[in-house]
Amino acid sequence: MTKKNKNLKLKIKNSEYKSCRDGFGEAILELGKKNKKAVVVSADLAESTRCLEFSKKYPNRFFEVGVAEQNMAGVAAGLALEGFIPFICSFAVFSPGRNWEQIRVSVCYNNANVKLVSSHAGLNVGEDGATHQALEDIAIMRVLPNMIVIAPCDYLETKKAVMSAAKIKGPVYIRYGREKAPVISTKSKFQIGKANIMRQGKDITIIACGSMVYEALLAAEELAKQKIQAEVINCHTIKPIDKAIIIKSAKKTKRVITIEEHQVNGGLGSAVAEVLSQNYPAPMKIMGMPDKFGESGTAKQLLDKYNLNSEGIIYAIKKFKTTLHSAF
Amino acid sequence: MKKHNIKQLKEIANTLRQDVIKMLAEAGSGHLAGALGMADIFSALYFNVLKHNPKKPKWPLRDRLCLSCGHIVPIRYAAMARSGCFPVAKLMSLRKLGSPLQGHPSYLDMPALEYSSGPLGQGVSVSVGMALAAKINKQKHFVYCITSDGEHNEGQTWEAIMTAAKYKLDNLIFILDRNNIQIDGETEKIMPLEPLKAKYQAFNWSVLEIDGNDMKQVLTALNKAKKIKGKPKVILAHTVPGKGVSFMENKWEWHGKAPNKDEADKALLELQKAL
Repeated sequence: MTKKNKNLKLKIKNSEYKSCRDGFGEAILELGKKNKKAVVVSADLAESTRCLEFSKKYPNRFFEVGVAEQNMAGVAAGLALEGFIPFICSFAVFSPGRNWEQIRVSVCYNNANVKLVSSHAGLNVGEDGATHQALEDIAIMRVLPNMIVIAPCDYLETKKAVMSAAKIKGPVYIRYGREKAPVISTKSKFQIGKANIMRQGKDITIIACGSMVYEALLAAEELAKQKIQAEVINCHTIKPIDKAIIIKSAKKTKRVITIEEHQVNGGLGSAVAEVLSQNYPAPMKIMGMPDKFGESGTAKQLLDKYNLNSEGIIYAIKKFKTTLHSAF
Repeated sequence: MKKHNIKQLKEIANTLRQDVIKMLAEAGSGHLAGALGMADIFSALYFNVLKHNPKKPKWPLRDRLCLSCGHIVPIRYAAMARSGCFPVAKLMSLRKLGSPLQGHPSYLDMPALEYSSGPLGQGVSVSVGMALAAKINKQKHFVYCITSDGEHNEGQTWEAIMTAAKYKLDNLIFILDRNNIQIDGETEKIMPLEPLKAKYQAFNWSVLEIDGNDMKQVLTALNKAKKIKGKPKVILAHTVPGKGVSFMENKWEWHGKAPNKDEADKALLELQKAL
């Protein structure tokens, strides 16, 4: 364990709790100022998605289409084809949940420069129940040609992701949860398609995205006390995935666990499995929602129920150790 | 582009119909009836109304012609080729491997199409976005969007219609191909759309209603629509599906079908005689 990894819990305790959507709200304001081509198309969730300030500051570059996500994607594609950089904002269940085919044809098939920014992804919308818990969005965006998929781990990384997305030409999907969370990416550089090693280790690789990066770091700290050195990779970009870093880490540790606030089918875990199975087959455990719909409850209760927390990771790693032929 | 007169436009429409018959017969598949029904309107657009430069498909000042009901794209390809966008011989590559003349419009293969379309309801929204963009940029061009009656089954179409009215997009002109057929039969049996004119009016659009196969009415409506301010406009164009070929006219069976060689020969003969 390196010195800087020590006392993570203490560090996190002192770190700020902020939401990803606030990160987006600040980034889009900054972008509005910097780039006259940045526009926002909203589907009646401007306050919740934090583009309300943008709408007040740049009313001529803000379009409210009402509760109409399909039209939102199409209007954005039209603006993009005329040279604008439209950001479409909604909850992940509605966009891309409701407008997948519009994103496929109007956005991706045209390679239109539309940025999809979706809040309220994952289980952490809690009390709203299963209808509002987007756990399939990474899978349905990842299969689309031309689409880039990003799940930032915190407020700061969301800001960086939004600014980076605006700089590249073509469709980008950015997803994150509603809740405030510790800001942990203060020291990491952000580059689309380049995963970050948050902690070095030799015994097992934990690849996480979004809110689960923090849980992976907590788990790694706990495991270190038990002489298990876990490597933690923040795989913020799920497509294009950072093959090199995944293969390199798997070669070192020989076993990989992935964790995400998403179905176990089609998300980060599947993307990692696609890389490893074709390059360096290694035993894997995919953690996420086990092919089920969620339910009402607090965010914490739900994440606990499905083992999407540091304890769940530790348990899975210990089980992993006993069920595989190679020991730590 | 030189503006052609009514007599010339009618002759061009006849040529475009012949092109479409030949293209679909060669391809062995495609949507025929709607393409034939819209030949007069495409002739009017490409050879009289549109501000465009066939050699410069991305000329910034051009009018944007959008085809939301992408399945009738063969008539557009024919009009593009005859107006000089690409060689007429290329029309016979329709639907073939490697051809930019894809079965449904593909923007990246042919940027002059303005956008890819086919799945109904999508193009109308994209056209609204393009008209909004022109408003922000204070550009003077028009956005024409060709849409079909069957396309008005889609909820997205009405979402787009509401948005255009909200933003008072008077640079947006829909041309609604009211030919009363869709894949499975007559529109009023599949899903009644009437009263369509009253619906558009209730949604705060300005409506012009014409016989879409009468060249004089087509030209008058297109020119009149440009002058109406403060609202988006729709030209409700009643057309005869399969127009110009007696055994195809008003037969919904020809909506999504290509002619075989004998049918094509018979159709071409009839069109040539009409010239």
